[in-house]
Amino acid sequence: MKRVHDLGGDAAGPIDRSEPPREHWEKEVEAIWRLLARKKGVLADELRRGIEDLGAGDYERLGYFERWAASLARIAIERDIVTIEELGRELERGDPAGADGGK
Amino acid sequence: MNRRFAVGDGVRVRVAEPPGHVRTPHYCRGRIGVVIECLGAFANPERLAYRHTGSAPVPLYRVRFRNAELWPSQHAGIDETEIEIFEHWLEPAPAATHA
Repeated sequence: MKRVHDLGGDAAGPIDRSEPPREHWEKEVEAIWRLLARKKGVLADELRRGIEDLGAGDYERLGYFERWAASLARIAIERDIVTIEELGRELERGDPAGADGGK
Repeated sequence: MNRRFAVGDGVRVRVAEPPGHVRTPHYCRGRIGVVIECLGAFANPERLAYRHTGSAPVPLYRVRFRNAELWPSQHAGIDETEIEIFEHWLEPAPAATHA
C-alpha cells in the first residue's frame, strides 16, 4: 500500500502557493534540527524516516514543522540525547518565554 | 564504479512496497523509462534512515518517463517527468517500449 506521505502524482486540486512568514517556534524547530545534525550527527534521512513513521493520523493532523518536531523528539529519545522523563517534564512546564502562545 | 545501466538504457522501476524510508516515488513503480544521466554513487538513504552508514554507495540515475506512461488515463501529450532513482530500484526493460 502506498504510504501516507507519498503524495506525488495524486490529484491535488488547487494548490496554495503562498508562503506565510515563519513563526518563531518554527525557526526554533529548524535550529534544533541543525544542532542535532551538527553536534549529534543526526542525518536528514533519519529525520525523514521519523516523519514518515508518524502514522496516518499524526502525519495528516500535524503541520510541516510540527512533524519535524515530533520526528526529532523521537530521534533524540532513541539516541539517548534526551530522556523521556526530561522531555516530559519540559513539555509539562510549557514555554516560559510564551513566545507565540505556547504553540 | 560498477554501473549496471548506461545512458539510453530502458529501465523498469521495481514494484515493491517495503516499509521504511524509500525515496522512489510510488507513482513511478512498475513504469518504464529511459536513463538520461548517470549521477554518480551515493550512500543509500534507505540505510542512512536507520543510521546504517557503513554500506557501499549505490549508483543513482536520472530516468525520464513519458507522462503518458506514468498517468495513462490523464496524459496523452508530450510532457515528460524526470526522476532520480537508485540502481537497486531499476530492472532492464526492452528498449522498444520506451521510445
